Amino acid sequence: MSALTLGFDLLLVVGLSWLAWQALFDPHRFSAVVHFMAFGLLMALVWVRLDAIDIALAEAAIGAGVTGALLLAALGRLPATAGHAPAWRVGQRPLVHLALVTTLMSTLALAWVAWQLPRPGLAGPIGEALPESGVTNAVTAVLLNLRAWDTLLEIAVMLAAVCLVWSLGPALTPYAPATALPGLPALTRLLHPLFLLVPAYLLWRGSHAPGGAFPAGAVLGAGGVLLVLAGAVPWMHDPRRQPLLRLLLTAGVLLFLGVALSGLLLTGTFLDIPVGMAGTVILAVEVAAALSIALMLMALYLYGEPGR
Amino acid sequence: MTEWLDPLGRGLIVTGAIFFFAGSLGLVRFPDLYARLHALTKADNLGLGLICLGLALQAATVAAALKVLLVWGLVLIASSIGATLIASTALACGLRPRQRRPPPGVNGQEEDMPR
Repeated sequence: MSALTLGFDLLLVVGLSWLAWQALFDPHRFSAVVHFMAFGLLMALVWVRLDAIDIALAEAAIGAGVTGALLLAALGRLPATAGHAPAWRVGQRPLVHLALVTTLMSTLALAWVAWQLPRPGLAGPIGEALPESGVTNAVTAVLLNLRAWDTLLEIAVMLAAVCLVWSLGPALTPYAPATALPGLPALTRLLHPLFLLVPAYLLWRGSHAPGGAFPAGAVLGAGGVLLVLAGAVPWMHDPRRQPLLRLLLTAGVLLFLGVALSGLLLTGTFLDIPVGMAGTVILAVEVAAALSIALMLMALYLYGEPGR
Repeated sequence: MTEWLDPLGRGLIVTGAIFFFAGSLGLVRFPDLYARLHALTKADNLGLGLICLGLALQAATVAAALKVLLVWGLVLIASSIGATLIASTALACGLRPRQRRPPPGVNGQEEDMPR
């Protein structure tokens, strides 16, 4: 049995490397995007093999699904001549080789560092701190209490990405295919109750099992992206609704910062959540973060600032 | 009572994998987009259904079994509508279904023509 799993793992590693190479260097851009999406799915399998179900959920939803569809939608807007990437110019060759060597060296260095990490890792100390964190799922405890600073920065990075996309220009109108396709709105309508139910379930589950803000936000965002593509969210383009949209986009970061500052006031430590109210505070931050993540994913698909 | 569920589930999973293989073979070998969609949406969804049924038979609780079957239902909805969208977009972009006998002079001399 262990030989079988070892073979499967080796197959995963080889497939992952090949897909990454194809996604980066395939001159045909559509094929590169498809390889990138397959890479995301295989990466999710790798996380499952590493017993990291939370990351696998987020990787499959955000890495393969939302990002892949974003790249495909962007590709659909490019002129047909942009289907092929131009070949490397002669002057670029040394740079490409330099980048390849640097990547290889840093991969080896990272592998060496990972090999040198103390074992059995931090699972023991986290298990000891778990009763004071307000939740019973170790991953959620790390993400939203023990190392909340990292999560706050992650959401801030996503917000920065949305700002960057919006700074490119006014939002584009929803991409309408050559014919009016009744299937897209029908699919959106049919699946929308589930796109609301599943995130609520994932959010609630996050306190005691794999789940939480990022998978919930990704699923909610996927439903929202379907709505954006079907042109069913005109309020996002309404100039009068822009303050509301911006408030909801920043809700996750704002509430997180509020919690961090009140932690500073109450206990004297930035981001320190008092033990008694940790469970409630974590749930509130997760709801706000999931809502913001979903709206940020939708906002990326606007390809520009709405209401301008 | 329940000891036959496990081998039955295994058999269903293996049968589903065979259907998946046939669908993937069709994706690689069929001549045009419409025929490939045909292979993917028919064979693969049947294969997924059999695999989900097999997994549901092996599930510990009824709730888990129903969740696995729900996956199949959702994929059926998404893939049928997705296939319709892909096919109608391709048709709107001017991609004609490949006929058995193309008019002379248009791709007339290919060797892997279906006969």
